[in-house]
Parts: sequence; C-alpha cells; structure tokens
Amino acid sequence: MADTPAISRDDVAHLARLARIDLPEDSLDHYAEQLGVILGAVAQVSEVAADDVPATSHPMPLVNVFRADVVRPSLTNAEALSGAPSVEDERFRVPRILDEE
Amino acid sequence: MSTRTNDAVLPYDEVVARFDPVLGLEVHVELGTATKMFCGCPTEFGAPPNTQVCPVCLGLPGSLPAVNEVAVESAIRIGLALNCSIAEWCRFARKNYFYPDMPKNFQTSQYDEPIAFDGWLDVDVETDEGMRTFRVGIERAHMEEDTGKTSHQGGATGRIHGADYSLVDYNRAGIPLIEIVTKPVEGTGKYAPQVAKAYVASLREILRGLGVSDVKMEQGSLRCDANVSLRPSPDAPLGTRTETKNVNSLRSIERAVRYEMTRQAAILDAGGRVTQETRHWHEDTGITTSGREKSDAEDYRYFPEPDLVPIAPSREWVERLRASLPENPHVHRARLQAGWGISDFDMASVVNAGAVEVVEATIAAGADQAAARKWWLGELLRIANERGAELEDLPITPVEVARVEALVADGALNDKLARQVIEGVLAGEGDPDQVVAARGLAVVSDDGPLLAAIDDALGAQPDVAEKIRGGKVAAAGAIVGAVMKATRGQADAARVRELLLERLGVSDQA
Ligand SMILES: [Zn+2]
Repeated sequence: MADTPAISRDDVAHLARLARIDLPEDSLDHYAEQLGVILGAVAQVSEVAADDVPATSHPMPLVNVFRADVVRPSLTNAEALSGAPSVEDERFRVPRILDEE
Repeated sequence: MSTRTNDAVLPYDEVVARFDPVLGLEVHVELGTATKMFCGCPTEFGAPPNTQVCPVCLGLPGSLPAVNEVAVESAIRIGLALNCSIAEWCRFARKNYFYPDMPKNFQTSQYDEPIAFDGWLDVDVETDEGMRTFRVGIERAHMEEDTGKTSHQGGATGRIHGADYSLVDYNRAGIPLIEIVTKPVEGTGKYAPQVAKAYVASLREILRGLGVSDVKMEQGSLRCDANVSLRPSPDAPLGTRTETKNVNSLRSIERAVRYEMTRQAAILDAGGRVTQETRHWHEDTGITTSGREKSDAEDYRYFPEPDLVPIAPSREWVERLRASLPENPHVHRARLQAGWGISDFDMASVVNAGAVEVVEATIAAGADQAAARKWWLGELLRIANERGAELEDLPITPVEVARVEALVADGALNDKLARQVIEGVLAGEGDPDQVVAARGLAVVSDDGPLLAAIDDALGAQPDVAEKIRGGKVAAAGAIVGAVMKATRGQADAARVRELLLERLGVSDQA
C-alpha cells in the first residue's frame, strides 16, 4: 500500500506553506514519505468501508443541538487579554499582516 | 494606499455596445440576534474593545461551540423569503486560514451543504422601455460567523501597506452572519449596474421585513462584494472576473459595477487580459484598486466541523416558518402603489430613491401621499445625496416630516420656512415644534406688521409704487420680494401681494 507515496514532495511544500510551517527543502522527501504511510493506513480503511457505508464526520447520531439566544456574561477586557503575548489599547497586538485591510 | 490610479476606462456606451456583462453578488448580513452564533456573548454595536468575548469566541483550548437556535431559524426564514429549498440535513465546516481576525485560525462556516439553496429574487429596474423585472437566481445562503476587527498601526496612512503591526478587537468575532450568493446574473446588458443596486435594495427590504437584521450598510451589518466579468457576447464563455469589496452603500454598488465594467473593457479593448483578483472600492474617488491576486493561499482546506452536530430542520419547522413570513416586498409595493394611486413612473422614483419605507411611514403618520413623496424625493433626497447618505439614515424621522407637513397644511409654515425647520431638525436642534419655537419660525399672519413692512418698501421704492398705481401689477413682485426679505421669509407671499394691491387700490387684473 505505502510503496508509492500518495503525497508528493510538492504537496508537502504546499501544505507547509498553507500551515505557515517553515520546512527546510531537504526535509520535504522525509515528510512526504511519513505522510504517505499515514495516508496508506487511511486508504486501508477505505478498502474495508464499502459504498454502503457513508462517510462519517460525526460518530454520534445527534442533530439539532441548539442553544437559546440568551446573553451570558462575557469575560472582562482584562481577562480576555490576560493570555495575550502583546497588548495595546485594550486590543490584541499582532504582527503586521501583509494582505488586504 | 493611494486611491489614485492610472487605469484606463472605456466610455460606458462603448462598453455595453461591445461587451456583455455578467455579475455575481455576495451579500453578508449580520443577524440581529441577542447573542453570537456559537456562544452567549452579546452582539451590541459599539461596545468597548474585547468586552463581548469569551473562551468560545476567543478560540481558547477546551471551549466548545453551541449553535444559536434563533440564528438557524433566521437563516431558514431568509432562505424561504428568497424562494430557496431548505436543506434536510447540513453541517458546519471549518474554513482554515491564518489571519488574526479569527482567533481560532479558522472560521466556522458552511461549505458544500448550505442550509438554503437554489432560489430567486425578482427585482424591478427602470429601463428605456419602462419598468422591467429581472429575476436574480440565488445559488445559496449559508450560515457562518463574522470576524474580529483589525486596525493597522504604524504605517504612514494607517492602512495595511506600511503597517508595522495590527490591533485586534474580537467583539464582532462570532456574530451570526448569513452569506447570500447569487448565481451568475446574465442578460442585464447595460442595466447591470442598476440590477446590482436593485438586487441589494430588494434584499435589504426583505431582510428588514423579516426583522432578522438592522441591515445598516454604513455600520457594516450588510456588506456586498460584487463580482464582475465581461465577455464579447452572451454566447461566449464567461470572462475572467474580479471581486470588488468594501462596497458599502446602494449608490456605491451601482457605481462600482459600472466602474469595473469600464476598466475591464479598456483592458480587453487593448488586447490585454483581466487579472482574477480582489479589488477595493474607493467611495471618494469612485474607482477600484487591486487587492490581491487569487492564489493557492485561497486553499481553505474545508472540513466538517467536528465540534458541532449536523442541522436537520424538520419539515414541520420549515413549514411553520414559511407560514409566518411577512408579505413579499414586491407584492407589498404593488399594494402601496395602488393605495396611493400613483403611476409606475412615480412609484419607480420612490423605489429607486430607497424611499418606500420612509414615505409609507410618513403617510402613516398623517401626511398625504403627494406631500410625503415631495419631501422625501425633493429636499431630503438632495441633502442625502450631498451627504452621501441613505434617506433613512438622515437624522429626521417620518413622524417629524409628517409634522412639518401638517404645519404647512395649517398655514403655520410656508414652504421656505418648512425647509428651514427640516434643516434645524437635521442639525439636531430638536423636533419640528422645538425648531419652530427656538428659531422663531412662523408665518406672520397678523396684517399689522405686514402693512408696516409694505409701507416701508413702498417708501423705499417710490418709482415702483408709481408703476403699480399706474396699472403695472407685474411690478408688485419687487415690493413683495422686499417685504419677504424684511420679514425674513416669514410672511405668506400671497397675502402680502393681496394687502399691497389693496393698499394701492389696484385690482389684480393684470
Ligand atoms: Zn463568546
């Protein structure tokens, strides 16, 4: 199953970029192989699950779990910011963003 | 970021003669629920930063979301009002991205299982051949959550380019949002900008009628992104589209679509290719500028949200909600028009000015329909346009307009004074009666002061007095004008004229 990696070196580079992980060029093959093994294992499950078994995202047969639209106390500003590495002007301070406004 | 540009544009007539536009409109509406989509934090606008937040909407470890039932109900009602099918079963999905406006590193949204899909909305547009109804297909309406507000610091302009860091307020993060996406809107030809505007105006009317949102574009509770593409003919494949963001008034929607059409046409005309990208609308200069190109950064790796169970609205629930829908605005308008007894053209003017609700409310407050339309489509529309505001956002209520009109009808105010009263109300000086009292605005109905002013004017212009005595009644205008000026416009001009002619013993047969 895992003889041919289901994930390419380029796929790994792409995923790393999306996840903002700085992977060195020379480790791409290494991760491609490891991820390939994992995907292979998942593929085995697919072999067992025939077409009559629907894809499952939620193992419990529950639907429509709702909350009433009633206000509950929020945190205070100080509590909300207490875990933030950097704070300014009652807001979370984050590195500059190179994107749209 | 500069809002200037060197982009060429093609004259609009040429654009529509040579290209066929296709639109796609995405509207985000913030629901007016008391609490957020997945937690009990309040949703009030304008609270101090980061005071309407909790572990759930801050994405703290171990917290679990719980769906707001009223938000789901609102989503279903919106779907039904837009003639959509309601999903029998659907899930939330995580839209993953790295951007600090969501503290979770994902936005909880819906992906390929929207709660409502495949509907339509009819919108009326004034064309060269009279009113025409365009049917806008609705692709889907799905539930998601709003993002936090980022402000960029340190850059020269405060905008993102050159910003050194950003500050984030998560009060808005998690407020229920419904995204409504149209199918490609084709066949509009040169009316594309008007159809876009009419669609958003109709949608806003429907949402307001449903009572699910305050739909205030200037506060961002209703936001529109406009996708525009051009192709050489209606048979040709779709052209490359751009997505214009930050279009925050009805007027801007029309202008932004029109501008994008002229800009893209100039590129195609020069043999170039339109870049698929996000563009930003600039209200001040009336142009769009390039945002970012679509790239693999747009790969959101959606997957079903494991922390929320699926939504499966029972058919009984859906039918109960359908039965409770208010009258469709299209039908409502037809009923109003018949009641007011006005022409299609006059009704279209009311609709195009976004004045249906305010005119209706002014009439309900006692004004007659002609007077209500006169004020809203005349003086008030002029002021609204000057301010770049919507009529309903002017700081004057239909009840106040009706009161001003009642004062005119009673003869306590003339038109000129009534305009001053309106001006006073808009300037925050109080209600119409308070403005009348404070500014001392009232028609001088006592003949005594009028006669005194007439005598003064006659004394100052003896030659004119002589002409009138000699039968040149047309010359009376100069004296009436002088009296009006002397009484600061507070006299009834017709009465002044009457008294003047009486004074001079001249009959009003010119
Ligand atoms: Zn919260």
